Amino acid sequence: MKFVRPADLSLRYKIPLRVIALVLITALVVTASMVFREYDEARQDLVAHSAGLGRVLAEALTAPMIHDDLWRAYEVIRSPQRRSSGEFETLATEIVVVLDPGFHTYVSTQPKRFPLGVYPAQQEADFTQIQHVVEADATAIQRVIEPPQSNLIYMVTPVVADGVLLGRLVLGYSQDVFLPRLKNLVGSSVQTTLVVLAVLLPLSAWWARKLADPLVVLADAMDKMAVELPDPERIPTLPTGDEIGRLAKAFRGMLNDLREKEQIEQQMLVSERLAAVGRLSAGIAHEINNPLGGMLNALSTFRRHGAHDPQTEKTASLLERGLIQIRNTVAALLVQAKVESHPLTPEDIEDIHILVATAAKKKNARFVWCNQIDAPLPLSSTRVRQILLNLLQNAVQAIREGGFVECKTYVQNDRLIIVVENDGSHIPQERMTDLFEPFSSGRPDGYGLGLWVTYQIVKEMNGGLDVDSHPDMTRFAIDLPFGESA
Amino acid sequence: MHRRKFLLILYCAATPTFFRSADTTAATLPSEIRIGLTPVFLDDQLTFLKQLRVYFSDRLGAPVRFIQRGSYREIVELIRLGKIDFAWLCGFPYVRFKREMRLLAVPLYYGNPLYQSYLIVPASDTVTTSLLDLRGKLFAYSDPDSNSGYLYPQYQLLRAGEDPANFFSRTFFTWAHRKVIEAVGVGLAQGGAVDGYIWDALASARPELTSATRIVNRSPEFGFPPFVARANLPDDLLRKARSMLLSMNADAAGSVLLKTLNLDGFVEGNDRLFDSIDEMARAVNKPRP
Repeated sequence: MKFVRPADLSLRYKIPLRVIALVLITALVVTASMVFREYDEARQDLVAHSAGLGRVLAEALTAPMIHDDLWRAYEVIRSPQRRSSGEFETLATEIVVVLDPGFHTYVSTQPKRFPLGVYPAQQEADFTQIQHVVEADATAIQRVIEPPQSNLIYMVTPVVADGVLLGRLVLGYSQDVFLPRLKNLVGSSVQTTLVVLAVLLPLSAWWARKLADPLVVLADAMDKMAVELPDPERIPTLPTGDEIGRLAKAFRGMLNDLREKEQIEQQMLVSERLAAVGRLSAGIAHEINNPLGGMLNALSTFRRHGAHDPQTEKTASLLERGLIQIRNTVAALLVQAKVESHPLTPEDIEDIHILVATAAKKKNARFVWCNQIDAPLPLSSTRVRQILLNLLQNAVQAIREGGFVECKTYVQNDRLIIVVENDGSHIPQERMTDLFEPFSSGRPDGYGLGLWVTYQIVKEMNGGLDVDSHPDMTRFAIDLPFGESA
Repeated sequence: MHRRKFLLILYCAATPTFFRSADTTAATLPSEIRIGLTPVFLDDQLTFLKQLRVYFSDRLGAPVRFIQRGSYREIVELIRLGKIDFAWLCGFPYVRFKREMRLLAVPLYYGNPLYQSYLIVPASDTVTTSLLDLRGKLFAYSDPDSNSGYLYPQYQLLRAGEDPANFFSRTFFTWAHRKVIEAVGVGLAQGGAVDGYIWDALASARPELTSATRIVNRSPEFGFPPFVARANLPDDLLRKARSMLLSMNADAAGSVLLKTLNLDGFVEGNDRLFDSIDEMARAVNKPRP
């Protein structure tokens, strides 16, 4: 398994992990402070409880001590230990010792450890400390003594009758009495934390997924950008206006811009090539046309003057036909800038309908004609007819038997729009770049000059040309400006 | 006038004992029979005492009240003064004051009206073999009016030529046999004298108490602590009470109670049963130089 640095983890895992960390830290801090407070409270409870108990027992001890009734004294000090149920269990005394004024044992709840008359300060460090503290201050007051390194807390209460000190009652409590309370607290805290985690974990996982998923898609798309521009439609749109929503929106915008730029670059490339081809062909045509005109004139003169033998006549005729074919080809390459022509009328367009309908009928095509031009337009009728004819001939040629061809002409914003559609074999993507170049049709018949000429004319007229080809639909759209926008 | 008389009658009806106590000798069946109890048995079993009281009340045909006090002496005083009708006492106060009370019946323990005194030490003490080994130790007596818990060890020390007042470094009374066992068990005392009947009863009821002690010595048998009646008790009530006790093992409820007491029944008994105690009492009370 590959080692993943924590910093490289996906947000999907980072966020839940951080939530766990935060919950645990919070639980720890809260529990610690509660334990601290609980310990403090428990200690205060213990001190208050033992002070009260000490006073009560000291009072009860006066009579047995005055009467020197050892057994009654023992019964008195034993009483707090006998409670073994309820909350007193935790506050039960660990040991009770009654010391006489000279710090010898009078009676204790552990007679074997503290027999009558022994001097416990000699045996037990705790009692040395107790004696030390009590002797340091002669006043007979109740006090709490916590000997260092001892697990016990002692409450020392003087047993006084009529101002005479009879002895001292020592109540020893184990600090362990706090443990059950603290354990309970920690236990319930752990439980609460687990419940909170059980609720928060799925929530945070869902939240992390919601947050991370669009970012993951964005990151993946950016990674792929160097190879190929991703489809902007595949970038998720987010309804949120937060940073991620803005990022996704900006990224989509950027992809759209890049895509547009790429298309423009491609179109420019095509246009430049076509322009270069145009200049070249115009130059060649011009260079050919001059000598060609001379040759045709010479040939005409030659044939007009004098009778020639049939062999010569045949040769001359052959030359003339060849030269005329060259002239036609060159003429086709050249799109003449200025052609004398009347403005385009609706009838001009309808003529084309008649011309093409015959060819369409031969293929049993469904030919939809929609001409919305109802008034003359200031456009060269010759040129527009040429464009229409070229596109429609191509369309009819492309369709299969019984195919579909549609032609729409209409005016929009001072522009004549021509749309020609067919459902014939479509133009593959790789053909698109040289679609308009001369002699590039790849078809066995014709020169493939139709689109070239169309392109030249549209360019000449400052128009626009758009090709869209899918497997079941190929669509040429041309717009030609006229009037002021031309 | 009518009103006051009526109130007075009401008052009498509400507190019949008030009148009765001033008038005990007259009635054959007093409205309340008072029985004094001492720790010669496990007298701290309050539920059992309630059952026993109900039984006595049923059989005697009058409500019974049990009187318990902190020491034997208080009960002895009450019966000598005729403030209570019956008492369950130790043989020692009986022999001392037998002219001021009448023997009612003596319990049967293992078939005989006899019991022993046990000398006990903490279970951790494995070396003590007799009372004399406890010289200078801390010793627990049960009650100064107890035969088994005081008189017998005192007598033993006298017989051994010791001075009972100075033999131990220190002694104390627990005012109950059961508490002697506890005091010795926890080590508060290094030895103690206790009623053998109580020790045995505790051994089955609360074995954790007796197991902390070890019996060093069992005394000869003495007359079992008897039931006594005040000297001026009417004969018919005495007879009725005696026949109730003597026939107690004959009926089911009585048998259950006796079983709890760990006793077999009662016999009428006689003063000769307590002669040995009387002898010890005289020896101990004899003025010494």
